[in-house]
Amino acid sequence: MGERLALSGNEAAAYAMKQINPDVVAAYPITPQTEMMHAFAQYVADGEVDTEMVNVESEHSAMSACIGSAASGARTMTATSANGFALMWEVVYIAASSRLPICMALVNRALSGPINIHCDHSDSMGGRDAGWIQLYCENAQEVYDLFALSPKIAEHPDVQLPVMVCYDGFIISHTVEMVDSLTDAQVQKFIGPYQPRINLLDYKNPFTFGPLDFHDYYFEHKRQQVESMEHAHKVIPQVFAEYEKLSIRKYSFFEGYQLEDAEIVLLVLGSTAGTAKVAVDELRSQGKKVGLLKLTVFRPFPVKELQEALSGRRAVAVLDRCASFGSFGGPVFSELRSALFGLSDAPLIRGYIYGLGGRDMGIALIRQAAEETLETAKKGQPTEEIGYLGVRE
Amino acid sequence: MASLKELSARPERLSGGHRLCAGCGAGILVRQILSAIDRPVVVSNATGCLEVATTIFPYTAWRVPWIHNAFENAAATISGVESAYYSLKKQGKIKDEQDMVFLAFGGDGGTYDIGLQALSGAMERGHRMVYVCYDNQAYMNTGIQRSGSTPKYASTMTAPSGKVKPGKTQRRKDLTSIMSAHHIPYAAQAIPSHWKDLTNKVQKAINCGGPAFINCLSDCNRGWRHPLEQTIEVMRLAVETCVWPLYEVENGKLKVTYKPRKRKKPVAEWFKAQGRFSHLFKEGNEGLIEEIQAEVDRDWERLLSLEKWGLSEQTEERK
Repeated sequence: MGERLALSGNEAAAYAMKQINPDVVAAYPITPQTEMMHAFAQYVADGEVDTEMVNVESEHSAMSACIGSAASGARTMTATSANGFALMWEVVYIAASSRLPICMALVNRALSGPINIHCDHSDSMGGRDAGWIQLYCENAQEVYDLFALSPKIAEHPDVQLPVMVCYDGFIISHTVEMVDSLTDAQVQKFIGPYQPRINLLDYKNPFTFGPLDFHDYYFEHKRQQVESMEHAHKVIPQVFAEYEKLSIRKYSFFEGYQLEDAEIVLLVLGSTAGTAKVAVDELRSQGKKVGLLKLTVFRPFPVKELQEALSGRRAVAVLDRCASFGSFGGPVFSELRSALFGLSDAPLIRGYIYGLGGRDMGIALIRQAAEETLETAKKGQPTEEIGYLGVRE
Repeated sequence: MASLKELSARPERLSGGHRLCAGCGAGILVRQILSAIDRPVVVSNATGCLEVATTIFPYTAWRVPWIHNAFENAAATISGVESAYYSLKKQGKIKDEQDMVFLAFGGDGGTYDIGLQALSGAMERGHRMVYVCYDNQAYMNTGIQRSGSTPKYASTMTAPSGKVKPGKTQRRKDLTSIMSAHHIPYAAQAIPSHWKDLTNKVQKAINCGGPAFINCLSDCNRGWRHPLEQTIEVMRLAVETCVWPLYEVENGKLKVTYKPRKRKKPVAEWFKAQGRFSHLFKEGNEGLIEEIQAEVDRDWERLLSLEKWGLSEQTEERK
């Protein structure tokens, strides 16, 4: 076993990155990702990694350099937040459509404007159609684990997709927690050596990467990309199972807390899950059958697993830390509703928006959502009302 | 430096069958440049004429490893390839005695304007790469729109000459100077009509041990509006009028590599050869040609002075 360390979320990500020892990291600073790259840069400066660290001049160039590097047979990683992610948006799509197994830490922060450096999920949710696998962390331990195992998902021959590991800015990134780590050797053995599918440096077998498609090929290329996510859906649980053997820590598409006999389910991503567990305990002590479903894998969206887990429940409250302007409810709400639509014993679903721009999400607000959802369940009628938790109306 | 015989004996690395226009300067300069590189090369290419015309899926004209990413990031992309190479080499994961060449091609659109940031950053970081701008002085691939390299008074589709406007009203950027001011070991201006000068510069660039930049004027008979068989003739005029001086800045020392033997030709000859300047000869536009002539004269004298007295910057060799 590795050490038990006191690490912030950023330090945990940097530590996992150190143990992975990627060939190239190209990154640009942005709050609240910055300390992760500071920590990693010190590993580089002290010769503790072999990584070539490229301090690029913008996030667009960070992802561009990552693409060049990953296409050249190098294990490549990066990290960013919010507007940095937004700036690299064009190239983020290209990374996925190019099937390059780049792993990125996305430290969730609100998108401008107005400018706000605090946590919400508008950044990663904004890129949900980009074709990247998206994993969400509840705490520093999960940051360490999910980031350490991410190359194994990304590089799997059936997957070959980039992975972003998302964790809440400041709340997780800057909070120190106890993290159980693996040893360097264990991580190295787990991820194995990088076996690139393609390699620009193999000049004896030259190929053209990033051609022009007309209308006669583009659709097929995109259809193949859709398939790649289906494959990811199969591979992710396999990788999680292997990781469990090594670490004793179990991951799956989601974690259920007091879920088994729950009639009302709260569905949440990220650090709010920790708070929600406390809220669930309080509600349970009052005899209310409330449970929590913490979604870990958002892309690919685990439709079947969610259908199985939520069929037969009376009601589900989806808490989105992201607004989708002009849409009916937040992104997770929309996707869940779509996944459950038409099932014979689908639960009623309520949507909530909370915590935008780092607005604190306490136990009381979560309990409020649970109580309202209980009411909805009692009435047995769906509601069109989207709730906003913690905002001054 | 390699002779014409040596260069022409080397294998063609850009095959025929691509869709560049007949008479395109870009195709010519790419073949010259690739033939001047005697080692394995990886090419990164910005979106533009060269890229779209040579890589229509499922075909490619490139016989070397080649990557296209997006419009503004050819320099950033090749910097990632270069970083991967040196990382893997340093770790012993690849063994290569040859020292690969990392080459980027971008049009003036993807270099002067939208790609300037990525180019500047890559040059500043000291990557061992060569960036070649094929400068046809407008966004040609999308239909002849003005760029930061479009010369003053040239007519383009987004800044056309008309009843009240004489084409582009701004001076073009001096990108070669901007790159030289990054203190890179090698920066140069070249042109495919003067292939020996160009190939010599390419050989210096790939051996300079750090970032290199070559700005290559590239004739576009569609956008410049002249018969397609006059490509080389028109480019020669650019040199003989000193509109496009051929020079290099090697470790901070500027050298003009071509000087017209007698008097330089009047810029009016350069304008007369191209439809994009035809409005300059019309009534109401008197004085504009003289204005440009004065500018060309001034810039040429300045270049000669810089050669004589030296630039203030010194460069350092990157490790």
